[in-house]
Formats: sequence, structure tokens, C-alpha cells
Amino acid sequence: MRNLWDNYRYLFFRRFTQIGLLVLYFGANAWGWTILMGNLSSSLFLDVVPLSDPYAVLQMLFAGATIATDILIGVLIVTIFYLLIGGRVFCSWVCPVNIVTDAAALLRRELGIDAISKRQPASRDMRYWVLALSLIISAMMGVTAFEFISPISMLHRGIIFGLGFGWAAMLIIFLFDLFVLKNGWCGYVCPLGGFYSLVGKISLIRVQHTAENCTACMKCKTICPEHQVLHMIDKESLPVLSGECTNCARCIEVCDDDALSFSIRKLAKK
Amino acid sequence: MQIMPNKMRDKTVSDRRKFILRMARGAGIAAMGGFVWSAYVDEVTASQLLLRPPGAIKEDDFLKTCIKCGLCVEACPYDTLLLAKPGDNKPLGTPYFIPRDIPCYMCPDIPCVPVCPTGALDESSVTTSGELDINVAEMGLAVIDDESCIAFWGIQCDACYRACPLLGEAITVEYERNERTGKHALMKPVVHANVCTGCGLCEKACVTEKAAIFVLPKEVAMGKVGNYYIKGWDKDDEKRLKNASEIKTTTEISKRSAIDSLNDVGDLY
Repeated sequence: MRNLWDNYRYLFFRRFTQIGLLVLYFGANAWGWTILMGNLSSSLFLDVVPLSDPYAVLQMLFAGATIATDILIGVLIVTIFYLLIGGRVFCSWVCPVNIVTDAAALLRRELGIDAISKRQPASRDMRYWVLALSLIISAMMGVTAFEFISPISMLHRGIIFGLGFGWAAMLIIFLFDLFVLKNGWCGYVCPLGGFYSLVGKISLIRVQHTAENCTACMKCKTICPEHQVLHMIDKESLPVLSGECTNCARCIEVCDDDALSFSIRKLAKK
Repeated sequence: MQIMPNKMRDKTVSDRRKFILRMARGAGIAAMGGFVWSAYVDEVTASQLLLRPPGAIKEDDFLKTCIKCGLCVEACPYDTLLLAKPGDNKPLGTPYFIPRDIPCYMCPDIPCVPVCPTGALDESSVTTSGELDINVAEMGLAVIDDESCIAFWGIQCDACYRACPLLGEAITVEYERNERTGKHALMKPVVHANVCTGCGLCEKACVTEKAAIFVLPKEVAMGKVGNYYIKGWDKDDEKRLKNASEIKTTTEISKRSAIDSLNDVGDLY
């Protein structure tokens, strides 16, 4: 019998980093801490190391802004980090909206909404189109298009600097995910997730499936917010190679048969 | 000749139609979303009536360069700077300040500017001869509504003059005979645009219910002469002529005699 810790250890760590980062940012503004200043768009770690959101900077480039050296260094550090540990690790381990959408997904499962509407009438490729659209609008209007509507920055900026009407954006996303589209925001719409999916295509840390252990209970597919990445379950022993996997590790936790685990991608192709 | 079975032909037709329909649907959604999105962005970035931190580059460039990280807000020791929240009706996430609430106290070390990672707050614009100099900042310009300024009524008040960090330079007091009483002076505050930094300490100090002196962004508060008028008596202003190019225009002169043009009034009726 697996205990609570085994079933929720990664979830605990994820909530710990998500909330912990927010606390550090909040402390920097409220009490002058210098561990992590700024916010997820751009920050300063230990008063020295710049960290910047590569997608925001990409929009700045398209808008025609001059990019400062600090920002370039920040982008480089963040990009290399996510290339190593998995692009969408941002989504499930850092992004605060993930807590909102996970809550909606949980409620969906509990209320049995998933059982009623099994097919989702939308394409997960939508996020790449939103990504492309954001760059086109940035170029045409000369502003960073997504940064002015992003509910992600609205929420984390809101928690650090004051929320305003930002709670309304969160409510909209929650209701959208709950009633309209399962995992709708993170899994279909969010261009930042789309961007990190592209980064994650070549990143190193992967979930590995061992088909011999699998009993085809499909718990992993039920819990996974991007279940299309688990196409190999019960079929082949393969790593999850899709960049859309967020490395949230919920599949590893729910698996009772040790058929899923973290592994490092083999760089040399067979 | 090969005849396609009916069923198969139906299938190919329907696949192609499905594909075309899907493309059209995608294009339709993208067009609609893109239109709403860009209209919204255009609307929220149109606001001109907000004051930026010292050293801020031109508003158009500011909107594309500011990454909305809030480091300037955190650096400000007086909590002057704010990040625009949803509902503030200002470009979301960008820094601004409201002088009537908390003005800019013009710190000599300008902590908000060097922390800017993007250069949206430009250190060189608040630097004179290699050192940070807040006195050259151009956050805005104080303007006076002389209808509601009580000094213009003849009541003695120099609150703004006294509050000004560039005392006697950005605001001076001009004396003028009070025609109403015939024996007093009006002590009128006058703002000098070439010195005023737009810090807003005057607006904060103003004693009227709604400030009679208030800071506006320079682009809003000031006009622009343009190229047609040059101060010929001012060497600096005359330099503007240096790169001027001459445009020769000729007006065609009528060859008809003056009498003809007076008598020939056919056009009028």
C-alpha cells in the first residue's frame, strides 16, 4: 500500500516551489529582501544575477525594442535552465496560474464533468497559433502584445504589487477550465506554455515509461493535463519526448506499478 | 478508364472540404481574436496622461521596452512608484506615479533608474558629466490653473514655491500690482519649463481642494514651434537652420491686364 507521501510528494514540491517563489518575490517588495527581486517577467537573483522571461523578450524583439545586455544574459540563463530540466517545468513548478487550473481540473474530476464530456472540441495546437499571433501583433503595434493581456503576469504581479481586477482574470480561467474546456487555458490557449513546449522539445529530463510493469490501469492518462504525450502507455517502453509534457510528475505519483519514472534523455540517438 | 467507386469519391471530396473548412475556421478565429486583441492593446496603450519614473524613454519606446518587472517600484524608498493594475486604466504592469498621493522626492542617487534591466529607464538621460543628476530628469511639467490658484486672487500663498526642490529656479514668484485693492501685490507663481522636473512636490503641497498646480507629461503640457519659426537673435536656436534645405516655390503670375481681370467677371455669376 502506497502512502500519502508517495502519492503526493512531487505535488508537494511543486506547490512548495510555486508558493515559495511568490513569497520570495513578495518579500522583496514588502520587506526589502534581496534573494529574488522583481517578478517572473524579469528578476534579479541575490542582487546580481539577472533572470528574464525569454518569451517577453521575444515579443520585445518583434516590437522593435533595443535589448539591453542584462536582459540578454537573463534570457540566456533562463533558457539554458529550461533546456536542461524541461521547458514546461515552468508551467507546473513555477507558474502560479497552474494552481488555479489544477484546482479546476480537480473539481472537474470530482464533479464527474470529465465523464460527461469526454471529447474536447478544440485543438491543442491552438497555443502555437496564439504564440504566432502575439508576435505578429507585437510587430504591427510596436508593443509587447501578450504582456498587456497575460493573466499569468496579472496574477504573479498582482500578488507581489497589488492585484486590482486581476482576480477576475483568474475567475474567468477557472470557469473556462471547469465548464468549457478541460485543461483549457494551460493545455490549449496559453502561448507561454506553447513557447516553453517548443523549448522543451530538446530538453533533458524526461518521464520514462516501462511497458513491462504497466497494468494498463490508465490512472496516469486520467490525471495527466496533457494526456496526448502519454501515447506510449502500455504499448512501448519509451520516454515522453513531447515538449508539451510539463514534467509535473503526477503520472509517476499515481502509478502503482512503477511503470513511470524520471530519467535523463539519451543524447546519442540509437 | 477507371471509375472511382462512389463511396471513395465521396470520401476524398469530404476530406478536402473538411480541410478547407478547417483552414477557413482557423483563419476566421485568428482574424477575430487578432482584431479584438490588437484593439484592446491599442486602447490600453493609448493613455497619455500618466507620469513615468525619472529617466523614462519616449512613451512609444517605453511601451515596447519596459518588461514590467517592477524593480524600479521596489527600489523607490518612498513608495512613489506603482505598477499599473487591471482596473487602473493604464498600460498594464508599467510603472507610474500619482504626485498628489506620493510625489517623486528626487533622490540624488536615483535608485529606481540603474536597476532597470531593459533600459526603459535610461541612466544617461539623468546623468550630467558622468554623475547621476536628478535635476535634469524630465518626468513632466507643472502647470498652474490661475483661476483656482489663490495666489492669483491676491491671497498670499507660496506653498508650491516653498515645496519645490529646485527652489527659486523651477518656480519663481512674480510680483504684480493688485488692481482690485490698489495697494497690494499679487504674488504669482510661475513655472519654468526648462528647469521643472515634474517631481510633483508642488502638486502635493498645493492647498486647494483639488491641486491648482499639477504635473502633466511634457508632451501633453507643451506645444511645439516646429520648423517655420526660429529665434534669429538666439545663437542656439539658429543652429536648427544648419541642416535646413531650401525649397524654392514659384507662383505663376497672371499675364492678363488688371483692367481685364476687373471687367471680366463672368466667373462670378
